[in-house]
Amino acid sequence: MSEKLINLENIHKDYGGKTVLDNINLYVRDKEFVTLLGPSGCGKTTTLRIIGGFETPDAGVVYFDGKNMSDVPAHRRPVNTVFQRYALFTHMDVYDNVAFGLRISKVGESEIKERVERMLKLVNLPDYGPREVSSLSGGEQQRIAIARALVNHPRVLLLDEPLGALDLKLRKDMQRELKAIQQQVGITFVYVTHDQEEALTMSDTIVVMNKGKIQQIGTPVDIYNEPKNAFVADFIGESNILDGIMHKDRLVSFCGRRFDCLDGGFAPDEAVDVVVRPEDFEIVPPEQAQMVGTVKSVVFMGVHYEIMVETEHFTWMVHSIYETHVGDRVGLFLTPDDIHIMRKS
Amino acid sequence: MKNRKLASLPAIPYVFWMALFVVVPLVLIVVYAFTSESGGFTLENFSSIGSYTMVFVRSLVLSLIATAVCLIIGYPVAYVISKEGPTFQRVAMMLIMLPMWINFLLRTYAWMSILENTGLINTFLSDIGIIGLINRLFGLSIDHLPLINTSGAVILGMVYNYLPFMIIPIHSVIVKIDKATIEAAEDLGADSVTVFRKVIFPLSLPGVLSGITMVFVPSVSTFILSKLLGGGTSMLLGDLIELQFMGGAYNPHLGSAISLVMMIIVMACMAVMNRFGDGEEQAVIM
Amino acid sequence: MKKKNGFWGRFLTFLLFFFLYAPIIVLIIFSFNSTKSRTVWTGFTLDWYVKLFHNSSILSALYTTLLISVLAALIATIIGTFASIGIFNMKKRPRELIMQVNNIPVINADIITGVSLCILFVFLGKKLGFELGFGTLLIAHITFNIPYVILSVLPKLRQLDKNLFEAAQDLGCTWMQAFFKVIIPQIKPGIVNGLLMAFTLSVDDFVISYFTAGSVETLSMRIYAMTKKRISPEINAVSTILFATVLLLLIIINVREARQEKAAEKRRASFKS
Repeated sequence: MSEKLINLENIHKDYGGKTVLDNINLYVRDKEFVTLLGPSGCGKTTTLRIIGGFETPDAGVVYFDGKNMSDVPAHRRPVNTVFQRYALFTHMDVYDNVAFGLRISKVGESEIKERVERMLKLVNLPDYGPREVSSLSGGEQQRIAIARALVNHPRVLLLDEPLGALDLKLRKDMQRELKAIQQQVGITFVYVTHDQEEALTMSDTIVVMNKGKIQQIGTPVDIYNEPKNAFVADFIGESNILDGIMHKDRLVSFCGRRFDCLDGGFAPDEAVDVVVRPEDFEIVPPEQAQMVGTVKSVVFMGVHYEIMVETEHFTWMVHSIYETHVGDRVGLFLTPDDIHIMRKS
Repeated sequence: MKNRKLASLPAIPYVFWMALFVVVPLVLIVVYAFTSESGGFTLENFSSIGSYTMVFVRSLVLSLIATAVCLIIGYPVAYVISKEGPTFQRVAMMLIMLPMWINFLLRTYAWMSILENTGLINTFLSDIGIIGLINRLFGLSIDHLPLINTSGAVILGMVYNYLPFMIIPIHSVIVKIDKATIEAAEDLGADSVTVFRKVIFPLSLPGVLSGITMVFVPSVSTFILSKLLGGGTSMLLGDLIELQFMGGAYNPHLGSAISLVMMIIVMACMAVMNRFGDGEEQAVIM
Repeated sequence: MKKKNGFWGRFLTFLLFFFLYAPIIVLIIFSFNSTKSRTVWTGFTLDWYVKLFHNSSILSALYTTLLISVLAALIATIIGTFASIGIFNMKKRPRELIMQVNNIPVINADIITGVSLCILFVFLGKKLGFELGFGTLLIAHITFNIPYVILSVLPKLRQLDKNLFEAAQDLGCTWMQAFFKVIIPQIKPGIVNGLLMAFTLSVDDFVISYFTAGSVETLSMRIYAMTKKRISPEINAVSTILFATVLLLLIIINVREARQEKAAEKRRASFKS
């Protein structure tokens, strides 16, 4: 068995003259939880649909386990899908929904019964078999959709924004539960979402996409701490992004001042994007500060305060657990590893 | 999607069916209207329509009156019903629809026996002495009121038969008006008259328009009502057409020309109304 | 908005129902009258019903009507259901064009539909050597039924979760299996309502039949012939039977719709929670 369970090579997709996917190269390892993350219209769902076989790429090849799968129709691929609004069959009860795929592949009824019951137990809905689908809550329908897909023992489960229709509290619970289910059944999950927090908490690997292109592939920690470009930095978490000049390796200037940093490999005096996470600032007395500004607004966010600090050149978003007041003069301090330098894209 | 073409294949038998039995017949009407019996091109069919101007006028007048009466009765009723609870509304709408599903001829026949000279109304009136009273007051010696075989009876037949077509679309539009819109208007200081004039009525206009169409079209084209209730004394457009195809005056070319003119009149009326409603004419078809 | 109607509102509604139903009730009452009088009640009888069922021309007209209605409704439902699926999958432009054509028989005056088909049948009949009769009558009925089937099935397709078909394929269904195991059962309520509506329209139709039936006679046409001659209480008896039948059919349709709406509401509510 090859390391790469799914491999997409040079995938292109146009929709009525508009490029939806532009040279997508991507592989998914066995038993991995991969998330395709990006704003709406970035091509993440199309990528998922190409893997599922609901969409044919204009160019490029899809490999499953090293075999070219491009011409295999959806109903013969070793994947199953959990759709955005679940697409449950409302003319059947829960049991028949879950048993549907097994019946199509002509599994014996006694085995079906056993597998369906095991699956309903896995999604914490034992004894729900005889219920009508329409009588279930959103969260319950969600679990049935997962059970209906997993009961077929797919190699890969594809999930298209499965938590999108649920409210916040339920979504959090389901995130945890989904992760637990994935570890329990031990198969590959390919998950599509536009919610960066969801991606960060659940994934082994995140693929950030924008405008049909892959922006960055990496672990949640990598993506968060080392965003490759301004788009990723802005999309993952909140960031201050401003223009700067890279004088030489490890020396950048912005806001009319030079800062030490950790990045290098740029041309002398190259124009760059400077990214600073709001939580990386330290608020210090003005005399110890690199920059001094006035507090414009303070909003309590639960754990921290979100403070807007207006300095001479830039208004910074700063997260701090200490309260300040509008009109205060405050100093800001950054250490070299707080400053991230990105090439202009 | 690649299978899009494939997925629209099931419509093929239907497309052929509709082309052959809906489009071609209409084309034939146009062709017949412009040809003579020998097959040559002619405008004679249209010029001979001139002698039937009275029929056109009478048809239009009677059906416009009937449409107006339906609107005057139908709108308040639809409005009143829409204010009731959901169960009442469901039952009321079903009761309004029910007569529509009874054979048209039978509904009309029911009125015949009521309006006849020896019918229920006249018998009742003479039994309680009204007829006698009239005779004494005006120095007449009638034994019944002339109810049947009048234009009034034809209009009554139109109103009775097509009133549901007016109520149903208006009602279905009014109930769909977002309650929040009305509350917002009230919140902004509108009294109930203003709310009706500025919010409910304009929003219900699409229903009114499709109601008008659904009453006017069958009214202007009927040939049964004039025969059964008008006593054949006042010929309508429908009678004229029927006469050319089924009657003694067999002349499908003239019949086609009349049909074509009628269609054009109807379409013109609908176009004018659509302009009023700004094209918002999602006819509510039951 | 929830200001209830006062006395006048209720009174208006009552007047309307009186206007709508009084003639029908009079009609029904006098179907049981023992003489031919339609104004004086002379006693109860079922004679007119007995006579009705010995009247061979009415019975054969009834048979024709039922046969035509059942056949036309079934064929129209099959053609219309497949057509709906096809139309649903079309691109916007052809779909809109077809829906325009679909609405022609719905909006057009019946008499136009009738005479235009009459012209076509006479025209083709001369060329191909057939006469107006059962066949042309059936074709005419199918033609005016199909649009209503489509108007009742198409909205059900639009309400479907757009991934439903793919979900079936995802679970191993071929195109055909997905169609018969998932799509058809899901839109079944629309199909059944379309069928019932087509049937009712066919039973009810007079104008279009009148122009396309040739020497064949439907019940409506028989009634028309009877009203033109001397009026007989047998017509009242026919009306009563038809009224009862239609009432039953409508109750069935409405109860079904109410049940579907309730289910749909539950589904919607469950999504919010």
